[in-house]
Amino acid sequence: MGMVRYVANKLFYMLVSLFVLISATFFLMKAIPGDPFTSEKKVPPEIKARLYEQYGLDKPLYHQYFKYLGDIAQGDLGVSMKRLNQDVTHLIGQTFSASLKLGVVAIIVSVIVGVFLGMIAALYHRKFIDSAAMVLAVLGIAVPSFVVASVLQYVLAYKFHWVPVSGFKGPIYYILPVAALSAQPIAFIARLTRSSMLEVLHADYIKTAKAKGLSWAAILSRHVLRNGILPVVTYLGPMTANVVTGSVVIEQIFGIGGIGKQFVEAIGVRDYTVIMGITIFYGVLLMLARFITDIAYVFVDPRIKLTGGKEG
Amino acid sequence: MKKSKSLLLMIAIVLVIGTVLAGCGSNNANNGNNAAATNNATATDNAGTNTGNTGDEKLAADQTLRINLSAEPPTFDPAQAQDSQANTVLKTMYEGLTRMNDETGQAEPGIAEKWDVSADGLVYTFHLRDAVWSNGDPVEAADFVRAWKRVLDPNTDPTAPYAYQLYYLKNGEEYYTKKVTDFNEVGVKAVDAKTLEVTLKAPTPYFLGLLSFYTYYPVHKSVEGNAKWATSKDTMITNGAFTLTEWTTGQSLQVTKNEKYWDAASIKLSKIDFSLVNSGATELLSYKNGELDRAGGPTGEIPTDQIPIVSKELPNEFVRKGIASVYYYEFNITEKPFDNAKIRKALAMTVNRQVLIDNVTLGGQLPAYGFVPPGIAGANGEYRTAVKDSYFTEDAEAAKALLAEGLKEEGLDKLPTVTLSYNTSEGHKKIALAIADMWKNALGIDVQTVNQEWAVFIENRQNLNYQIARAGWTADYNDPMTFLDMWVTGGGNNDTGYANPEYDKLINEAKASSDLAARQEMFAKAEKMLIEDDMILIPLYYYTNNSLTKEYLKGVTLDFSGAIDLTRGYLLEH
Repeated sequence: MGMVRYVANKLFYMLVSLFVLISATFFLMKAIPGDPFTSEKKVPPEIKARLYEQYGLDKPLYHQYFKYLGDIAQGDLGVSMKRLNQDVTHLIGQTFSASLKLGVVAIIVSVIVGVFLGMIAALYHRKFIDSAAMVLAVLGIAVPSFVVASVLQYVLAYKFHWVPVSGFKGPIYYILPVAALSAQPIAFIARLTRSSMLEVLHADYIKTAKAKGLSWAAILSRHVLRNGILPVVTYLGPMTANVVTGSVVIEQIFGIGGIGKQFVEAIGVRDYTVIMGITIFYGVLLMLARFITDIAYVFVDPRIKLTGGKEG
Repeated sequence: MKKSKSLLLMIAIVLVIGTVLAGCGSNNANNGNNAAATNNATATDNAGTNTGNTGDEKLAADQTLRINLSAEPPTFDPAQAQDSQANTVLKTMYEGLTRMNDETGQAEPGIAEKWDVSADGLVYTFHLRDAVWSNGDPVEAADFVRAWKRVLDPNTDPTAPYAYQLYYLKNGEEYYTKKVTDFNEVGVKAVDAKTLEVTLKAPTPYFLGLLSFYTYYPVHKSVEGNAKWATSKDTMITNGAFTLTEWTTGQSLQVTKNEKYWDAASIKLSKIDFSLVNSGATELLSYKNGELDRAGGPTGEIPTDQIPIVSKELPNEFVRKGIASVYYYEFNITEKPFDNAKIRKALAMTVNRQVLIDNVTLGGQLPAYGFVPPGIAGANGEYRTAVKDSYFTEDAEAAKALLAEGLKEEGLDKLPTVTLSYNTSEGHKKIALAIADMWKNALGIDVQTVNQEWAVFIENRQNLNYQIARAGWTADYNDPMTFLDMWVTGGGNNDTGYANPEYDKLINEAKASSDLAARQEMFAKAEKMLIEDDMILIPLYYYTNNSLTKEYLKGVTLDFSGAIDLTRGYLLEH
């Protein structure tokens, strides 16, 4: 029964957060100067008035707000004010699919490479490999992704012609953006895995397992890895949300039509409906990611109690 | 012991990696030079092959042009388009009554085969050629009437932001503002299927050129009753040299040759692939890597600091062309201290434009001392050739004296700190800092530079909430009017608060006149008033367009305003 209550409770808070998110974004967005029809070459007043009228921008703010809430409640995100007549839902779908494809590959690569590096480092604790892996990890965290991207572009694409500079037309186009996008998560996961595995390796139950005569491989896979990977699972939720929502910089550098790029463009031109649509989409995605992490945690770690926030 | 050893090891590794990375840094520079050398070598090779080829220009088997757009066109509906990227793509998809001849800057026959103009310059009768839409339907006069009605109809959803581009038509503005409700009273009429009669409000010497602009393109009858027709490539029926065949939001576009286009015989390209990368560095790298056939303006950009480098590295591919745009600083002349013309002039006279261009903008721009750029047509040849922009000179001593006079008139002994605003951009920032420095050195003025996000900046400027602000203006059509009529009292784009009845009178007279020589005279007088007498703005430079074109790419042209025409391009064997 605990599970149902737990889930219901979480869902309720998610709805409240979403409402706060929508309201805050709506009013903040309207508070910034400029509107979708601001342009260096000014549109004559009669045309601007007509545009305002057609998009309902001539109405008082509260009116626009409640109308928007009403539309949202019916699942209607409206049409873009800059990309004329294009549905916001369609825009999100198209751009998110690119970010998602890239993001999923980047996550898989990050987890595999990160856990592997971390494990190796922990097993060869204080040996050369450990230090080398950790230096790499420090670099990965410290160097911003756009630097990684530019360096990779210059070296792998321009100098060696192994991969194309930019574009997103096939598997080979994934290499550079995925590498740039996963550098940081790899480093982070490697460090997480290393420290938690070190902790586990010294735990009593490992000694017990050894004493029981379990093979090293079995100890590693059944005890060390399962417990050592817990922090990575926690990190996986936010990281997934972070990666699949699209990295503006990476998408811009490699010319990928992702949602991050779209979001920033929409803010720049004050495309109100698109800003709201993507914000809501991000909000839902992030909350779902957290929610799934919480649930997953329950399964991986039985110490977590469902009833409350108290430590087990 | 063991611990300190591994610590040492770690430090060693960091040092090694650090050195390697640092080495990479300096290597980059070296590699750049090496690349320059190799590229030069290949360039010469290419040149060699080219000379061999010029006799029988052999076309490449694959006629796919690859080019980058730094922004995705927000729409493919000619009535809704407002930007140069849309212009680039729409120009390949549509053809208006006329086409702009980029060499001469004059309009030449497009869908209209020929035309007659009435003696008073008000009535144009166009005779349409036998052209068809991409689905085979004939292009008829009614298609133009329909398109123009959509633009001028305030009830079109959404309304056309560029509706005012059609206010040249008789009753055009009246129809938009609902003073006239019957579209039959608007100056466009389909006499028969192939004859279009257009009546203007006033004689407009540049009207034929306007007709090549996208707001004047025809639309197919299928757009009626389908508000979303321009959001999918499958519902777009067009009449130009190419049709849109691929569109991935934020990523890529592709147009493919339209075999039904009336002049398909002169179209050699089979496809144009547009990537949508908003990064000059990536674009340049892609170009150098052979993934693009052309880079730089007006569709993309070459990073400013790379311009001097590539112009030396790739001299045979680098092209610089003056375009009809001007970069300037405008004053809010409604507030002290810039309500005083002498103070404004002092500032204008202490900017060293050549120094600015050689060290900051780096694009080989032309120093500007007037407002109408070269390339704009005058009565006989270019306006700027006939009317020199010698309205003032850079002279720090004279400027100091002027400033002192101005301050005296204002009852000040020192100019208070002035603010100079610009919209966020590395380029604008560098220029602002350089000029602030020039003013500080020459006149001892303290300048605070203010960086604002684009829309915030525009709104502040339009509300006269500034002292000095950066601005730029691009020609809408090939006539000095496009630069001068904006400064009339209350003009929509007059963000200076300038109100001069004499100036207004000159512009109104020029608008009513069809006598080219008389108009030029009026424009010259007006411009003199604007700059020499009142100095409501500081002209800084006339823009140039910097681009790189592979030597095997031919036939791509830029018009006077810097708009690009890709349709007649072709690729040689390479």
